[in-house]
Amino acid sequence: MGHIGLLHFLTISCALFFIGVYGFLTRRNLITMLMSIELILNSVNLNFVAFNKFLFPHKLDGLFFTLFIITIAAAEAAVAIAIIINLYRNFRSIDVEDADNLKY
Amino acid sequence: MSLILLIPLLPLAVFVLIALAGRRHFPSLCGGLGTLALLVSFGLSAYVAYDYFFVAGKVNGAYQAIIPYKLQWLSFAPGLSIDLGLMLDPISVMMLVIVTLVSLMVHTYSLGYMKGEKRYATYYSFLALFTFSMLGLVLSANIFQMYVFWELVGVSSFLLIGFYFDKPSAVAAAKKAFIVTRFADLGFLIGILVLSWYSGSLDFPTLIHRLSTPGTELHNITAASFLGISALTWGLALVFIGGAGKSAMFPLHIWLPDAMEGPTPVSALIHAATMVVAGVFLVARLFPVYSVSDQAMGIVTWVGAFSSFFAAIIACTQTDIKRVLAYSTMSQIGYMMFSLGVSRYGGEHGLGYMASMFHLFTHAMFKALLFLGAGAVIHYVHSNEMGDMGGLRKHMPVTHITFLVACLAIAGIPPFAGFFSKEEILKAAYHASMPVYIMAVLTAAITAFYMFRLYFNIFWNKEFHGHGHDAHHGEAPASMKLPLLILGLCALFAGFVPFGNFVTSDGHPLAMEFDPLFSVTPVLLALAGILVARSLYYRQSQRPDRIAMSVKGLYQAAYHRFFIDEIYLFITKKVIFNLIGRPAAWIDRNIVDGAVNMAATVTGKISMAIKGAQSGKLQQYAAWFFAAMVGSVLVFIYLWK
Repeated sequence: MGHIGLLHFLTISCALFFIGVYGFLTRRNLITMLMSIELILNSVNLNFVAFNKFLFPHKLDGLFFTLFIITIAAAEAAVAIAIIINLYRNFRSIDVEDADNLKY
Repeated sequence: MSLILLIPLLPLAVFVLIALAGRRHFPSLCGGLGTLALLVSFGLSAYVAYDYFFVAGKVNGAYQAIIPYKLQWLSFAPGLSIDLGLMLDPISVMMLVIVTLVSLMVHTYSLGYMKGEKRYATYYSFLALFTFSMLGLVLSANIFQMYVFWELVGVSSFLLIGFYFDKPSAVAAAKKAFIVTRFADLGFLIGILVLSWYSGSLDFPTLIHRLSTPGTELHNITAASFLGISALTWGLALVFIGGAGKSAMFPLHIWLPDAMEGPTPVSALIHAATMVVAGVFLVARLFPVYSVSDQAMGIVTWVGAFSSFFAAIIACTQTDIKRVLAYSTMSQIGYMMFSLGVSRYGGEHGLGYMASMFHLFTHAMFKALLFLGAGAVIHYVHSNEMGDMGGLRKHMPVTHITFLVACLAIAGIPPFAGFFSKEEILKAAYHASMPVYIMAVLTAAITAFYMFRLYFNIFWNKEFHGHGHDAHHGEAPASMKLPLLILGLCALFAGFVPFGNFVTSDGHPLAMEFDPLFSVTPVLLALAGILVARSLYYRQSQRPDRIAMSVKGLYQAAYHRFFIDEIYLFITKKVIFNLIGRPAAWIDRNIVDGAVNMAATVTGKISMAIKGAQSGKLQQYAAWFFAAMVGSVLVFIYLWK
């Protein structure tokens, strides 16, 4: 095992991102889809932090960006869950396949 | 003079009152109301005529046009506007008197004739509307205003011809009259535009002055030409088409005989005495301009002379008494037209103009009388056909005498009204053009023949077997006899009016010289016509039929009105419908509609094909989005140089 470099972070981040995308596209449960989005966001966070550390060690821009994303993700989760609850009240289900009224 | 505004407005008020309230609330009073208003109008007209001719009208020995009222209506540009105004000059004052007099007579007559009619009140409202429009037409101070009233007259004529709208023939006749005259009015409108374009004005006095006296406007309009004919001639000929349509001149006359489907008093008012002379009035109104263009005058002359002769021949063969009268109207209007055509402006040369207006004046009296008399006969016999009549002189003495007076008047026997005016017309034609004179004299003889054919067939010939008619009413009620008597007196004495002192082309009095030697030929020919008619129709005989058989082709052609209606039908149904109508319909249906339908179909097809993309499935959208992202990333990385 050698030194842990930028490539390792990016590999993890890439894996997280595609796992998130896969989850978002395949899971029918809205909560799970929300969780997948969190995975995508976290992969982005990981990218920001890794680039900040390896490319600009004396700056904190990437870290601050990550903090903002975490905050916004929390807010977003609150809004998304509110939407999901409303959806549930209307459809008695949180399956995304059931919410297909807006079609041709 | 200030009361003149009331003359047209009273009938208008009556029309509005009857149409809005009278029809529902006091229908039986409407006739009296209309008649009363017309009586006032007539009184005012007579007063205006007196005032104009004897007090106010003359300036420096010539009658001038007076415009007592003028109101700017539509203003297009400084100096160009459409005004509403009243204009008094000799011919409009004369027409004012004629229209109100004949209309008053017809109103009175209709009190008896239309009694018990279901739409009695409506009838009177239409009559009032017509009278208003006609008065507006003759008083117009502006050619566009005249056009507006011209169309109003057409509408009220349409309404009255189609008064018995449950009869299909009446509906067809009303439509025919409206369409034919409307078609002719297109010419009138274009003519107005041509004339006013060059003269820069729509007001009659300005327009006439600019186009008849040497100046830039006259120079421009004669210099401009189209197809080798000057713009002036074009404009005047187009205006004349409008006049010919209303005045039933060949070949636009086809509507007039059919218009007899209307109630008979209406025929007397509109299709004999007033509306149909509107074309003559129009030419007379623009006479100074017409006299500038010899070609336009030629058109007026020959159309008039030919119509006159043509109609007289057809009248000899018709058996419906109203149709005979309709053709005789056309023939007499032809007289007025060619008399205008052979005339020139000013002084001695204006004889034809004076004669034409004089004939218009006397013709209104005796032709209204003829129609009202025919109406009384129809009222009595309940038929329009000559064959159902005969021997009526004992049954209807008043009608008989007045009808005889009118026949003598139209035949031109002295001292009846028609003699004097016809004499002046013949004199004017004699001095201007020999062929026209010969045609006119022949027409006069034929006129005498067919009028007396009518007279003898109605009142002599066979005995009338009153199939129970005498039981329910006598000759006619007093309200019908009175107009007959009044008009009879007019037909007797109207010829003695010294017309040349009042109505001339330039306003200066023109002495009418009576020349007994000149009168010999036409009077003898007219007497000959009467004698021929007497020998053929005084008693029932086979001779008329035998004569008809001997000239079978001509008789049949004239009986079928020289197939003019058939020619029109052929042109419209066969030629225009097939060559223009059907291809146009095909283009509309297949190309225009086809293009629209194709656009719709293509849009529909495409949307059917792609509508699956909007599935409502969120994850599908996300997958598309993601695929597109990946795709664009790949493009940007590897293909974007």
